[in-house]
Amino acid sequence: MSDPSHTSSETSEPILGRDPHVLLRVIAKFLIPLIALFGLYVQFHGDYGPGGGFQAGVILAASVILYALVFGLKAAKAAFPPRLIRYGMVLGVLLYGGTGVLSWILGGEFLNYSVLAHDASHGQHYGILAVELGVLVTVTTVMIAIFYAFGSRQPETSDEDW
Amino acid sequence: MPSMFSALEYVPDWLLTHGPAFLMALPLIMAAITSILPNKRVAWASTFIVTAILTLTAFALALYNAEVGTTIYKMGGWAPPHGISLVVDALNAPVLVLIALMSFITIIYALPATVAEIKPNKRAPFYAAFLLCVAGLLGMVITGDAFNVFVFLEVSSISTYVLVAMGAARDRRALSAAYNYLILGSIGATFFVIGIGFLYMETGTLNMADMARILADLDGGSRVAKVAFGFIIIGLGLKLAMFPLHTWLPGAYAYAPTPVTVFLASTATKAALYLLLRFTFFVFDPSYAYVADELLYILVGMGVIGMVFASLQAIFQTDARRMLAFSSVAQVGYMLLGIGIATTASVAAGYLHLINHAVIKGGLFLALGAMWYRFGITRTEDFKGLGKTMPLTMGAFTVLGLSLIGVPFTAGFVSKINLAGAAADAGWWWAVGVIMLTSILALVYIGRVLLLAYFQSPPVVNGEVVVRNEAPLMMLIPMWILALTSIFIGVESDAVVGAATRAAELLLGAG
Repeated sequence: MSDPSHTSSETSEPILGRDPHVLLRVIAKFLIPLIALFGLYVQFHGDYGPGGGFQAGVILAASVILYALVFGLKAAKAAFPPRLIRYGMVLGVLLYGGTGVLSWILGGEFLNYSVLAHDASHGQHYGILAVELGVLVTVTTVMIAIFYAFGSRQPETSDEDW
Repeated sequence: MPSMFSALEYVPDWLLTHGPAFLMALPLIMAAITSILPNKRVAWASTFIVTAILTLTAFALALYNAEVGTTIYKMGGWAPPHGISLVVDALNAPVLVLIALMSFITIIYALPATVAEIKPNKRAPFYAAFLLCVAGLLGMVITGDAFNVFVFLEVSSISTYVLVAMGAARDRRALSAAYNYLILGSIGATFFVIGIGFLYMETGTLNMADMARILADLDGGSRVAKVAFGFIIIGLGLKLAMFPLHTWLPGAYAYAPTPVTVFLASTATKAALYLLLRFTFFVFDPSYAYVADELLYILVGMGVIGMVFASLQAIFQTDARRMLAFSSVAQVGYMLLGIGIATTASVAAGYLHLINHAVIKGGLFLALGAMWYRFGITRTEDFKGLGKTMPLTMGAFTVLGLSLIGVPFTAGFVSKINLAGAAADAGWWWAVGVIMLTSILALVYIGRVLLLAYFQSPPVVNGEVVVRNEAPLMMLIPMWILALTSIFIGVESDAVVGAATRAAELLLGAG
């Protein structure tokens, strides 16, 4: 599936009627925002029910990966540049760790969310929100980075390299 | 040590209270930041500062521990057994100091070494992976939660695979070595986590102290606990390179970048050994029949076979780093023997050897790295005339090599004499014989390269005799710190022996 679509995306915009994957593209365009939305739902639902940053991150990354599969790796890399992806991985960890540092500064143990607000239960709420956001950012970007790494792999190791 | 206790006055209270979390959070957060720092020296400088702070923190925590005893830190304010606790006690405080100090020493050495071995665009990721590895090792040693151990074990292992593979810039065989390590290391981690799963099934808790209490109530537990124990021992055995499970180690040590080899040889297997001690004596107890059997047949059996076979293999290696790697497998055998005899004195001796061997082997690999840096030396036959061309490096190598053999007034002697004494006290005279035999084997493989270095003239290259070309200062300093430490431990062994004895007493009770 990815191979013909890959080549067609690299050539200039195909004439609508002759594109063999027009159905695929239309459906994908329709689905991608829904997948992303569902990812965000899982993210913010994580406080109250099943879900959370990890699952949401994977779903969000899946929407990007679907985009890359249908429209080609080049288009995906233009939309989500690998450089930003790298910063995203760091940002997520810093969001998580920064919450811990903040709770240190406010006088609690590492990652003790209770000190983050006047009311302990509110503090727990904010804390878990920030931490899960960190998880979301890191998981999404790492998933995309793994896909990029496999997708843009050199085809074969040449004999000279050995 | 009144003078050392007063040093604690200069440490802020905050650090003593929050130090355990700080010790693992700092390298973890800084690893993320380091990975996006501009390359070259900035990444090195930040890593250097982080490891320096870690070393001071670990020392402060160890001193604090000697003063007030076991401290428990509640992560996130959640009390154990439900929350994750970080525990500093007499058993893990010395290991924490060891890991932090070795990371600091490695980083001093890494400045010139990475310039030669790591591509410029890979240096910041290299330091980031290094910090992650440090965070993982410190975390798995300090945590009081069994599942947390697995998480940190994987943090350190996965970053280690990356670090080993980075040796590919120098030698492509690093890739297959890293892959080999990846597969075996993952199998080890899988076995370990299966064991933790069974243990959770048996006890219903993940807190190690709680597990120990429940297992004691159950009088060792049912077959599930036995299976769990088996899985955990095999998993840890892979990680610590117990004799038949050591096959990943020589390749990983030989082809990784030299700073990585130094750090791995002195910390990674040691952290796994610490976990073996923690699980065998603390979570489980030697009074359960299956634990006693494991100590006697697996640890002693494999330890002794490993001591003899790996030493013999070391003698026949042509690659100097593989030689030292096989020697490491043999030295792990000493530690396993000490643990397996299971008296307070023998466990203390095994623990002592864990610390001493880290110092010795770290220093030896540093010296080998410096030799590679100057002359591209990897094979033992290239040692010809090194006593003249690199006298200071070879001097450190000699001191540490003698320490490895167990010459009096060196660290190796202290731990071997303690181990032999403990074995004799327990009536294991044959074990004393094996210790002597393998010491002679160590004399053969170390003596072989020393003879070449001092009694052969430097080789002639392109019609000219190779002239003196000493290693850079940034390599000599850490190398000699370790060489002098090994002599210091040999002459003034009270502090280290005391720490080892306290660790053993914590595990087995005094007497």
